[in-house]
Amino acid sequence: MSQTTVETPLSLRPGAAGARPSGQRHDFSRKYWVFAVPATAVILAVIVFPWVFTVFMSVQDWKIGGGVDFVGLENYRQLVNDERFRESMAITFWFTVLAVVIPVFLGTAAALVFHREFPARGLLRTIFVMPMMATPVAVALVWKMMFHPQLGVLNYLLSLVGIPPSAWVFSPDTVIPTLVMVEVWHWTPLVMLIVLGGLAGLPREPYESAVIDGANSWHMFRFITLPLLWPYIMIALIIRTIDALKVFDIIFVISEGGPGTASETLNIFLYLQAFQFYKIGYASAVVVIFFVIIVALSLLLLYTRQKSKWNA
Amino acid sequence: MSKDGFKDLSRRDVLRTGVAASALGVIAAPALVRTANAQSKFDWKRYAGEKLDVMMVKNPRSDLLQGAEKEFFDLTGITVSSEQIPEQQQRQKAMIEFSSGRPTFDVTMLALHVQKRLSYKGKWTEDLRPYIANPEMTNPEFDFADFGKAGLSFATQADGVMNTLPHFVDFWMLYYNKELFAQKGVEYPKSMADIVTAAAKLNDPSKGVAGFVSRGLKNANIPVWTSWLLGQGLETIDPATGQLNTDGAEAIWAAELYRKLNKDFAPPGTIGFNWNECQTTFAQGRAAMWLDGIGFATPLEDPTKSKIVGKVGYGVTPPGPKAHHSAIFADGMGISQGSKKKGAAWYYVQWACNKKNQLAMLKAGAGAPARQSPFNDPEGTKSAMFAKDYFDCMADSGKIGRPGLPQIIPVTEFRDIFGVALTNTLSGADPAAELKKATETFKPVLAKSEQG
Repeated sequence: MSQTTVETPLSLRPGAAGARPSGQRHDFSRKYWVFAVPATAVILAVIVFPWVFTVFMSVQDWKIGGGVDFVGLENYRQLVNDERFRESMAITFWFTVLAVVIPVFLGTAAALVFHREFPARGLLRTIFVMPMMATPVAVALVWKMMFHPQLGVLNYLLSLVGIPPSAWVFSPDTVIPTLVMVEVWHWTPLVMLIVLGGLAGLPREPYESAVIDGANSWHMFRFITLPLLWPYIMIALIIRTIDALKVFDIIFVISEGGPGTASETLNIFLYLQAFQFYKIGYASAVVVIFFVIIVALSLLLLYTRQKSKWNA
Repeated sequence: MSKDGFKDLSRRDVLRTGVAASALGVIAAPALVRTANAQSKFDWKRYAGEKLDVMMVKNPRSDLLQGAEKEFFDLTGITVSSEQIPEQQQRQKAMIEFSSGRPTFDVTMLALHVQKRLSYKGKWTEDLRPYIANPEMTNPEFDFADFGKAGLSFATQADGVMNTLPHFVDFWMLYYNKELFAQKGVEYPKSMADIVTAAAKLNDPSKGVAGFVSRGLKNANIPVWTSWLLGQGLETIDPATGQLNTDGAEAIWAAELYRKLNKDFAPPGTIGFNWNECQTTFAQGRAAMWLDGIGFATPLEDPTKSKIVGKVGYGVTPPGPKAHHSAIFADGMGISQGSKKKGAAWYYVQWACNKKNQLAMLKAGAGAPARQSPFNDPEGTKSAMFAKDYFDCMADSGKIGRPGLPQIIPVTEFRDIFGVALTNTLSGADPAAELKKATETFKPVLAKSEQG
């Protein structure tokens, strides 16, 4: 009996994907790299170059209208010793915590309410998301008028229910909570929309099983809804954290970082250094430090999100 | 003067020689111009067909100039493309464009109380003296001598260079509500100490009326403090010696007066008030006195914005313990050194600051012109909106005017650092300690600004 040898087709041989009929391998790495050039060029031009240049500026004593001198890490040393910079870090942290936690809590609660069927739900949901559509500067100007301690409508409303007037943004003690209130009003709808999207996609099976097992509403929320929603809440947390860290317009228009320096966040501090005092080198050092903080926080939140995935 | 030679000069040297030089310049220039104009060969159509870019600050004065651009075109054949930019953004744009060396405008407005030294050191704008002295370039009717001393001294640099032409002068004064004063039988304060006494009598929180209101917001609050300090006969930085007068007994006295008035007799929240909050409060009859620039008067006499139309008194800032001054601020117009149309640009500047346009500014209630002739013109002070004391206040304030801000490069840092210190006093901090700390913080900033 003669042995028949069945040859493996060329295309199925290991490593044959790039082989030519002649047997020579096709070198993809040389031929197709050109397709990555546009994207690489854009990334280099709009992301890498500005960052490298910012780092370069941060080690210069560079003032618009003045000279440029290399100073090494002097700007960073000055920043560490700058009391206002340290204060602005603390204010930013405090503002961010409040402007993230409160909207996420309220937005999640609102999503749970709007997920249920009730009359005029669509209309109310539309009204609820309207603040999010307004321009921040316009929003800030309107709120600023309402905060006027003597002539603002808010103190008038408080007086109707017998509550003494507040100084709102005109007091160092109340300015941060008041600014957070504006942020909450403006951005809670975004959290609501994200969580509502999550609720719409939840599977029904776990709930049916829970009902059969005799679970009550609280148990279903605590042990099914909340864990399943957690990835969506994490997305809301990440977006809100980045937004709250970089908020500038609302604070600048309403309080300009005052009274004194009571609401001077890192962004306001940065703006003053760069565009009021024109200290570009010093401001660039602030940007670099701020960037490191944002990247660290984002990585932490992304790591937490990976952990919170349904199938993790 | 060589660049290196200039570097060797200290700020004090420059200021000292400059005060003398600018005084000489101001005195000598009118005579120079009169002689030059005697043989005038001036032709308004010399630059016909050229096109100018003008950068303006957004305000009613710019509105008036823009409205009259067709008149300028008819007169000269020069087309003007002007743009109004809000004050803060305009200053940033000027700083960045001039620093780039290639500004996009031929003529710009400059806030001399902020940009005077900066514009000179940065070589932003042309020295206008050769243009003014040239009879072929300056209209014989220009009348340089008509410009008031307050505006001219603002526009003249320490070494006599005049790199802008003064356009507008703002005087700080005391607005007061005549009706509230009459109700309580209070006379207009005769001294700064009397302001406290009057404020105490007029303050009535139960009726929602404050005795006094002024800016408390950091940065914006500095002219309030400097107004009080001028009552001690001092500017924050001595113009002759360059010495900081910011933590001595007089500065502390001024800060204590600032704190007392803004804390004890002002409306709640004054710590965050800028001029607009003060204006609203005063216009609604919720404050008896308001210290600020006279340039903010117009809305107070507008029935759609004010509840006190016809009841506003315009008083010159009362004298202090040692001196009587009004804090002044000024805007000027300059020709960009990078402009390729400097001749046409000078035509625009001299036209914009001519007697007719300056008179129009006064008539419209758009502020105090830098020229004196509008105040002497019956048409200028004939107003359906303002009573006589408004014009008297401007004229009298002009006679006792002194700069409300130091004439240094880092004016913004000065306002920020001392503004925070003053605001802190409203939260209970000790004025002496705050001023000492602010002075120590500012000293190296000032020293560095004059280097290089």
